[in-house]
Amino acid sequence: MATILEAKGLSKSFGAVTAANDINARIEQDSVVGLIGSNGAGKTTFINMVTGYLKPSAGHILYQDRDITGMLPRKIAQLGICRSFQIPQLFNTLSVYENIRVGVGIAARAGTPSQKPTDQSAHAEIERLIEDFGLGSYRSQLAGLLPEGVRKSLDIAMAVAGKPRVLLLDEPTSGVSAEEKFRLMDMVMAALAAQRVTVLFVEHDMDIVSRYTHRILAFYEGRIIADGEPKLVLDHADVRRYVIGEPLHPTGKEAPRAAH
Amino acid sequence: MTSATSTPFFDRTFLGLAGALIALLIGGLFLPQWALSFGSVALYLGIVVLGMALLMRTGLVSFGQGLYYCLGAYAAGTLDHFFSLSDLLLMVVAGALLAGVVAGILGLLLSKYRDIFFAMLSLAFSMILYGLLVKTSQLGSTDGFGLSVKTFAGVALSPAHTRYVIFAFASVLAFGCAVFMHRYWCSHLGRLATAIRDNELRVEYMGESVQRVIHLNYVISAAMAGIGGALMAGAIGHVDPETTANWTTSGEFVFIAILGGTGSVFAPFFGAGIFEAVRTFALERFPNTWQMTLGITMLLVMIFLPGGLWSAFRARRRIA
Repeated sequence: MATILEAKGLSKSFGAVTAANDINARIEQDSVVGLIGSNGAGKTTFINMVTGYLKPSAGHILYQDRDITGMLPRKIAQLGICRSFQIPQLFNTLSVYENIRVGVGIAARAGTPSQKPTDQSAHAEIERLIEDFGLGSYRSQLAGLLPEGVRKSLDIAMAVAGKPRVLLLDEPTSGVSAEEKFRLMDMVMAALAAQRVTVLFVEHDMDIVSRYTHRILAFYEGRIIADGEPKLVLDHADVRRYVIGEPLHPTGKEAPRAAH
Repeated sequence: MTSATSTPFFDRTFLGLAGALIALLIGGLFLPQWALSFGSVALYLGIVVLGMALLMRTGLVSFGQGLYYCLGAYAAGTLDHFFSLSDLLLMVVAGALLAGVVAGILGLLLSKYRDIFFAMLSLAFSMILYGLLVKTSQLGSTDGFGLSVKTFAGVALSPAHTRYVIFAFASVLAFGCAVFMHRYWCSHLGRLATAIRDNELRVEYMGESVQRVIHLNYVISAAMAGIGGALMAGAIGHVDPETTANWTTSGEFVFIAILGGTGSVFAPFFGAGIFEAVRTFALERFPNTWQMTLGITMLLVMIFLPGGLWSAFRARRRIA
């Protein structure tokens, strides 16, 4: 499959802290990739560099063979890389409908004149997103008054409204109750199924990651320590130890140290 | 309830504005001169504050809108005083253009600032103009200079009718500005104002330049202040730095915006009318403590109608 996104030697340091250290990855078109790792491993830093929020200290990001390193977030969004946020970023004094309408409107302006939707088609698109993300009963409610799980859905719907080619989801299920997580992810994946979208998402729940992804990138201390099919990565010794947090030898030499 | 993306052109707001315009144009024929003057003040202040309302929707408060009010007034005054062009229509066009062009330039810098920094920087620019005018003897320094309106669109005006023509033109301009602003607020670009106020980071991540939208809104608000200033110059027949560019004038615009509210295109005009009525009343009854009356009015509005005076109508409509 064709590569849509490529990171070449990406590094980012904040003073003495290295948040990303020589990250190399090729993301294939239409794939679903999970980014895993403990807090501070560099997953969000990676997303922030791809979406233009952070400028890498070194390295390059290629999108459809075009160098997008250090471009402004809005330029990158216009090219088709959209993101959602770990903490939903909504327009709190606007209704759910209006929140999505802003996204649909911006995407329409970025499109070529021939692609510009009529008012009716924009309305239909907003309604489709409202339905796809289960927001129907909240349509007229102000975003600032929504329950957390709904805020999360709306945040993702707003990213999808941008008609992305690449969608980056930063912890889409954080703050969502355990039983709701799968429902939310099913909804996201169903909404994207009709479009050809490459998805990268950060996730801490390994059941979610293994169920929805084709591939996993495991981060540890700013590096990618494992990259491949979900099953192989999740069985990887370093991943089990550093990411999932299992002791390498539960009854081995490390046990006395732990008891020390 | 949000249903279709677009609102019809002849909606309730448009019909309300059109009704108000017709009432003003016809009623003005029967009003005494003092009432025409009072009405003109409420209308041109309302136009300035309508522009302020757009900035406030974008999350910005300008403490320097007097800058553009002053440019509009001086553009009108200069046309008559130095070029003997005493046409009201020309004066207003010149005022709007000068204010819009200057805002286009200053907006390059101002659109990068937010919150108190935006407020203070806009204030600083207006005080620079104030300082320049005070020192410019050719423009009358602190005294300013007088002007008079002699024609409208080339048609000579008799002194007896001038006041009505100014009032009528102010009514038409207020209608035009209000319809424009209403349509703008119903458009995608206009709706971005509230989105930017709520979360500009998200707007950028969706692919829109926040700075560009703020810059545009700043120019629109400045052009409206320029129109208001030019109308004021024509109505009063005098321009000076103290009543235009000084910070107290800019403060009055903020005052009226908060008094009236920013929820509707009617609110700035309503606020300006109440403001002018309270000021006139207070000046007459309590000439030494009239500011106190305005202060108490503001206090009551903020406590009982935090959305501005206009929100009283809206609340009642919702209950009904």
